[in-house]
Amino acid sequence: MARSNEPAFWSLFSAGGMVAAFLFPAAIFITAYMVPAGKIEADNLRMVMSHPISRLLLVAMISLPLFHWAHRFRFVLVDLGIKGFKLPIAILFYGTAVGSTICAAYLLLV
Amino acid sequence: MATTDTQSSTKTMKLEVFRFLPDEGEPPSFQVYEVPYRDDWVVLDALNYIKDEIDGTLSYRWSCRMGVCGSCGMMVNGEPKLTCSAFLRDYYPQQIKVEPLSYFPVIRDLIINMDHFIDKMGEVKTWLIPAEDKPIEDGEYLQTPAQLAKYKQFTMCINCMLCYSACPVFGQNPDFIGPAAIALGQRYNLDSRDGGADERADVLFSDEGIWECTFVGECSEVCPKNVDPAGAIQMAKVTATNDWFKSFLMPGGRKKSGGNK
Repeated sequence: MARSNEPAFWSLFSAGGMVAAFLFPAAIFITAYMVPAGKIEADNLRMVMSHPISRLLLVAMISLPLFHWAHRFRFVLVDLGIKGFKLPIAILFYGTAVGSTICAAYLLLV
Repeated sequence: MATTDTQSSTKTMKLEVFRFLPDEGEPPSFQVYEVPYRDDWVVLDALNYIKDEIDGTLSYRWSCRMGVCGSCGMMVNGEPKLTCSAFLRDYYPQQIKVEPLSYFPVIRDLIINMDHFIDKMGEVKTWLIPAEDKPIEDGEYLQTPAQLAKYKQFTMCINCMLCYSACPVFGQNPDFIGPAAIALGQRYNLDSRDGGADERADVLFSDEGIWECTFVGECSEVCPKNVDPAGAIQMAKVTATNDWFKSFLMPGGRKKSGGNK
């Protein structure tokens, strides 16, 4: 039996899960509480986030959870009992993640 | 003993038992038996009572009656259980439905065909492949308590196959190597005396191996020995992913892989 190339998708899935679990709560805390409460100036935050490294981080924060979603939904469909269509399903879900990553990168980096 | 308490016991309980007798050409059916209720009886005691006192044609596997041999696994009210550890008192006064383990072919009544499971253990090579050949005169292979602790949990598996009956992925794809065989593979991969991780990886790290698992986690829920096969599979996924990236970084990296001892 050949070894699988699944680690490529699984590592993106894992990374996305880490982002969603650790970085999202921090981002929500900052944007939904710290800024409206006046503890962080919105202009300061905007300045920090307009730095190229911050923008790159934002692209990763948007992209990786999308791969997490794609991987999870692919296997939710398996768990729901959908047999076959493995390739079209994979192309649709991972394709959405790739497309959204390109959009995010275009909007934030170009 | 099953026969002595029938007079003293007034309470009874009903068991709805799956019957399949291929020799008689009848389709599978359910048969209801009424058995005495005793609060220290398990489902297996009730089955033995049926076999001894009511219907000698009922077939099922059992041996040790104490949760060690792994023979008496069946579906009890739809859940995979060792029937020697499933007490009647936890179901009384409701009727109990007893069926053969899910997702396996049935040979007769409550007896399933476990050939594919045995084959899978052979494919994974769930035995010790010595890392170094050592003549007997050189003495034993020593191991520290810390080295033992790494894999000890996975040695508790009794091959009862409850985890397979709990696994929806196995239900959909009978070729999935499955929880117990993977956990046993990990048991040897993590053993400091073992050098077979690379041989096992070709099966464990294939599409039919760990990557088929969607981390439902039911295998660990039903395991009567707390082996945690789901944990073993997740550990193996990390190892397989590290190996996969290494195979790009180092030429021939895929050749020497597997263990994280």
